[in-house]
Amino acid sequence: MPDDLYGLLTAARDRLPGEGPVARARDDAFDAFVRQGLPHRRIEQWKYTDLRAKLREIAPLALGPTEAALATSAAVVKAVAIEGALTLVLVDGAFQSALSSNTSAASGLKVRTLRDVLENAADPARAELLGGGTGEAMEQLNAALAADGLVLDVADGSALASPIHLVHVATRTGTSSVTRSVITIGRGATVTLVEQFVAAPGASAYQSHDAVVVRLADGAQLEHVRLLEEALDAVNITHAYFTLGAKARLNTFNLTLGAALSRYQGVVTFSGEGAELATNGVNLLGGQRHGDTTLLVDHQAPGCTSRENFRSVLDQQGHSVFQGRIVVRPGAQQTDGKMMTRALLLSDEAEIDNKPELEIFADDVSCGHGATAGALDETLLFYLMARGLPEPEAQAMLVEAFVGEAIESIASDELRETAAAAARRWLAARD
Amino acid sequence: MALLEVKDLHVRVDDREILHGLSLRVNRGEVHAIMGPNGSGKSTLSHVIAGKPGYEVTEGQILFEGEDLLEMEPNERAARGVFLAFQYPVEIPGVATMNFLRTALNAQRKARGESELSTPDFLKKVREVSARLNIPQDMLRRGVNVGFSGGEKKRNEVLQMALFEPSLCILDEMDSGLDIDALRVAADGVNALRSPERAMVVITHYQRLLNYIIPDVVHVMSKGRVVKSGGKDLALELEASGYAQFEDAAA
Repeated sequence: MPDDLYGLLTAARDRLPGEGPVARARDDAFDAFVRQGLPHRRIEQWKYTDLRAKLREIAPLALGPTEAALATSAAVVKAVAIEGALTLVLVDGAFQSALSSNTSAASGLKVRTLRDVLENAADPARAELLGGGTGEAMEQLNAALAADGLVLDVADGSALASPIHLVHVATRTGTSSVTRSVITIGRGATVTLVEQFVAAPGASAYQSHDAVVVRLADGAQLEHVRLLEEALDAVNITHAYFTLGAKARLNTFNLTLGAALSRYQGVVTFSGEGAELATNGVNLLGGQRHGDTTLLVDHQAPGCTSRENFRSVLDQQGHSVFQGRIVVRPGAQQTDGKMMTRALLLSDEAEIDNKPELEIFADDVSCGHGATAGALDETLLFYLMARGLPEPEAQAMLVEAFVGEAIESIASDELRETAAAAARRWLAARD
Repeated sequence: MALLEVKDLHVRVDDREILHGLSLRVNRGEVHAIMGPNGSGKSTLSHVIAGKPGYEVTEGQILFEGEDLLEMEPNERAARGVFLAFQYPVEIPGVATMNFLRTALNAQRKARGESELSTPDFLKKVREVSARLNIPQDMLRRGVNVGFSGGEKKRNEVLQMALFEPSLCILDEMDSGLDIDALRVAADGVNALRSPERAMVVITHYQRLLNYIIPDVVHVMSKGRVVKSGGKDLALELEASGYAQFEDAAA
């Protein structure tokens, strides 16, 4: 097994940016990955998403996109474009300036690619871009193989007028894209960030391995929307890290529609007092798709508020996993942490695993969690049908209402509509 | 041809027979009241006509305009013109009332092969009807029945009835949970819909409602059958003497 794994790094090494300290950081990360191997069900955190059984192997690193793929990608990007946004496009894991907005005039925002920063020998801190995670196997794999991504810096006090739209397009079959983005939001700065994963027609059985490291300085605010619409036979494994300074605010929403197998692992750390987090998500899964959202909210500082609200709708043999852990460290008094997860099962074969965990080491806190799972309410369904709605339309109306309560959390009207429209597409495509 | 004809209907729920051979014939233009004690099967009859799941018809039939209603899905029945005003209208959080009304109306029109109503026409119609029923516009922006009082929920049912213009309205215990003022508003709304083309079946435990909605025919149900039918005076008679005599008659 380890030999095969090293083959992956050897094959990719020539194409990976960065030498010296960067290359050493990659080697260390890869060693750490190999020591742990692919996570499996005997590791508690991966109990419901056994990558040894479900993923089996990491596909070889994708080559850059072909000319034809770029042309297709342009159409895909156009189809998901958000009006007025600064669009940044990665195709098969490589940044494409020709498909992206010109950001040189954006005030308060510095945009660089991960590749450029890693290759800049004059930057003594460049290898740190591969750190910042918790050292878990898949995150180490990402650090070892990250080929590109965005490095965004928002200046103190900047209120970015345009949302940043980071689009990942997959065009290939049977390969991996490994991306990593590092986003730093200065004191009191305000940003809207949309991350979207989409597939070009014909892309299939590919793997997206992504990491996002976001730091919010004191008083910074981030509206974050993540839309996962990968090919239905693809894999997406993402690690996201958010660190919140004092009085920072993060409102994040994650929608999972696609991918045969997906894991979105989010770690939110409160490092300063009085910060606020709202994290909402919706998993819509049919077929035999498996979507895992695993969150760790780490209250290290006092007086912070966290709200987690997740909805899953499962059809056929869809399988949704929600693991939510709230940790309150000693001294993080006046923590207010709540977590709610609800699932709607539309078939007898669908499966939901909800695992809420609270670990509280302070004595003056307010924390709670709740979880429900059930079928559509027959009484409501009959009411709608008795008013003339055919059964599929009646179901769709109830499902839309169910997920709508989480989608409501998106602050921007346009982005809320984007998410709602994606959910409606899923409903319309149900058999 | 009768608008609704129920013939020798036997209905079971969980292996227990609730209706034991019920027959009923309702013509266009008529208002029928069905009265009876609790447990006599009044609500079961309304549910079976509307197509609620969970009831097994073991014998008999229900014809609507001569066609077999039991073969149709609840939504097909609605599109044909069957409307059940629920005893307990459900709350549907997250579904705006306006959106619900429009979707339902257009689904019915589509099933009948009619074109969808344009937005201005739809809004005009809703405004007209809701003004008549004293339904404030902000109620229509809320989730369906969410946070509505008992009276508001019943008025919302009457609003739908007025909007969908069914040919058969079944009112299931419309008076339950209503004070006298709320009852009057709802009953006025129903009376405004009386027409030679439309029939109504008013199911009630108490005679009170029939002071406001005057029936042409009154049926008394007991133990799963119609045991007596008569004119509107029968309701008054019942009010005076109670249901006990009919329970004996059905036994």
